[in-house]
Amino acid sequence: MRPKETYDDTVVRLFLLAAAVWGIVGMSIGVLAAAQMAWPALNFGVPWLTFSRIRPDHTFGVIFAFGGSALMGTCYYVVQRTGHTRLALGALARFTFWGWQLGCLLAMATMPFGITQSKEYAEPEWFIDIAVAVVWVSFGVVFFATIARRRIRHIYVANWYYGAFIIAVGLLHIVNNIALPVSLTKSYPVYSGAVDAMVQWWYGHNAVAFFLTAGFLGMMYYFVPRQAQQPLWSYRFSIVNFWALIAVYMWAGPHHLLFTALPDWVQSVGMAFSLILLMPSWGSAANGLLTFNGSWHLLKTDPAAKFMVLALVFYAGSTLEGSMLAIKSVNQLSHYTEWTIAHVHFGSLGWVAMITIGSLYAMAPRALGQPAMHSRGAMELHFWLHTSGVLIYVLAMWIAGVTQGLMWRATGADGTLTYPFIDSLIAIHDLYVIRWFAGMVILAGMVVMAWNLWHTAAAARAHLITPIPVPIPEPEPTQVPAPLPAYG
Amino acid sequence: MAGGYRYFEAVEKNAALLGILTFVAVTFGGLAEITPLFMQAHAVSPPPGVKPYDALRLAGKDIYVREGCYLCHSQMIRALRAETQRYGPPSTAAESVYDRPFQWGSKRTGPDLARVGGKYSDDWHRQHLVDPRAFVHESNMPAYPWLEKAKIDGDDIAARMRALRTLGDPYTDDDIAGAAKVVADKSELEALVAYLQGLGRAGEPAKEVAK
Repeated sequence: MRPKETYDDTVVRLFLLAAAVWGIVGMSIGVLAAAQMAWPALNFGVPWLTFSRIRPDHTFGVIFAFGGSALMGTCYYVVQRTGHTRLALGALARFTFWGWQLGCLLAMATMPFGITQSKEYAEPEWFIDIAVAVVWVSFGVVFFATIARRRIRHIYVANWYYGAFIIAVGLLHIVNNIALPVSLTKSYPVYSGAVDAMVQWWYGHNAVAFFLTAGFLGMMYYFVPRQAQQPLWSYRFSIVNFWALIAVYMWAGPHHLLFTALPDWVQSVGMAFSLILLMPSWGSAANGLLTFNGSWHLLKTDPAAKFMVLALVFYAGSTLEGSMLAIKSVNQLSHYTEWTIAHVHFGSLGWVAMITIGSLYAMAPRALGQPAMHSRGAMELHFWLHTSGVLIYVLAMWIAGVTQGLMWRATGADGTLTYPFIDSLIAIHDLYVIRWFAGMVILAGMVVMAWNLWHTAAAARAHLITPIPVPIPEPEPTQVPAPLPAYG
Repeated sequence: MAGGYRYFEAVEKNAALLGILTFVAVTFGGLAEITPLFMQAHAVSPPPGVKPYDALRLAGKDIYVREGCYLCHSQMIRALRAETQRYGPPSTAAESVYDRPFQWGSKRTGPDLARVGGKYSDDWHRQHLVDPRAFVHESNMPAYPWLEKAKIDGDDIAARMRALRTLGDPYTDDDIAGAAKVVADKSELEALVAYLQGLGRAGEPAKEVAK
């Protein structure tokens, strides 16, 4: 029987391209910001190139533009393959692509000009928030409509994570951004002071939880078994981890506000849940790593698998660190210091970026109608650039953070403070230079990836791709998890 | 297969059920931690004598937000000994009741500013904002010379005060009507300095910013 239905990969390819471009843009801004921390004159006296104006561009660019494009692209790819169905509402899916790119572009073009709500990771002003909300709801509609027309009854675990990511991020985005506009470029949030702080960090922490964790775990649960050519180590374990992770994460926000004017009981609840959170986090990491059992030899031959394995190791590492930093006595030292920056980049460059890169290397040839990436050597090079860059970055910022924390609290025998504030900045200046260098190395890796993707996409650019047919008739309905689709 | 798995299996085959249960699972945390705060008096009502920002300080606060100062300066002195020694008494929730959005910050590339008001002269602040390295040679703070040239728009500030009144901040008609006069001919630099000089000194009248 000749299959009539094909997978809709056009929108997947668009998101793939967008992810490669935004990755370079977001990280370039990061490198510029890092350079200014060491050499403040590098804003060249231009307001919109100044550190305090561009840092939100860096965070928004890498999280929402790069990460968001990668997540939406892989989500559309995965939901079709795991449901053996073509994407529902193709036109709306294309709208989500252009809408998301426009939203990111608007946000990145307005923030350097001071059009900001100043709520971290939610800086864009109200009109952009509304546009983003519309795109997000459309994304949810496409996703759930595709789930609804699936041919495999069982909904594969990767889709639960994508689903939770869509539902929770929508909720967080809307609640945190409720504001009263004064003009097109200025609004005031309905919350103030301590309440605003709690809402913001409920959002901020769960942007990490559901954007940077749940979404990328969805990626992991599909692409790791696919790349390892093994079934998931334990399907049941993934069920337990899913419900524990999404329920517990939402409680952990107050660990961003320890020892502040937030009521003490909220701080303690946040700390307790942050410690519990270690279990489902390590559970997911272990499940991913153990899936490689029987396929560890791939580490010698497959750079995509290397990215994935190291991503899971970094995930385990950064979630352990996160839980430890949520302990009040540790947080006392680490809070407000570069240690936070080290932790964020340990998670985002180590876990998020590496699982994304691994998944893109796994997905790109299939979505672009090629047997493999254009250059395996370039993938290897990217792996070593990225890994060494992350390690140098994180080590430098760990040392800087602990140095700051210890110097700020140091007191002499007479009980007076040992160091004026500026001494703590002088002490870590060289580490800022090293961090900038590490950022350059990581950025170089991203350029190598973009080059490699560009060449892999040669056929796609010439419109020479045959759409991949959906496997019909249906496979055995009792198979759990859904059988992996053939590609070619 | 154990009996309990049947129920999980039902969820995993029903997209609507999966979606609803996911939504329920993610709502508890926020409900438990955020809603009680609305009812806690010290988090939502000001201590006696604390008034909302006057027109000039409000303009200054919005410039603080616009320039992204919160990315390197916290305004939250934690209840820790070394911290109170360096910056002053711990910050309280009541002190930031009029901060929309809150400016507690999350990072100290520079020092905390919660109680910086009155520590330096207006003149020091003006020169320091325009050229930080003139005073502290090793500082990595960006220079903000453009603040000196830009003027505050009185009508804009009045509109902002009206919006804040809608949200519950107790501005009087006189406050709003007089806003344009208060900020007339003031530069953004003067507004920002007025805001900084008011930090940690809630309730005290704004000092006249010298020309």
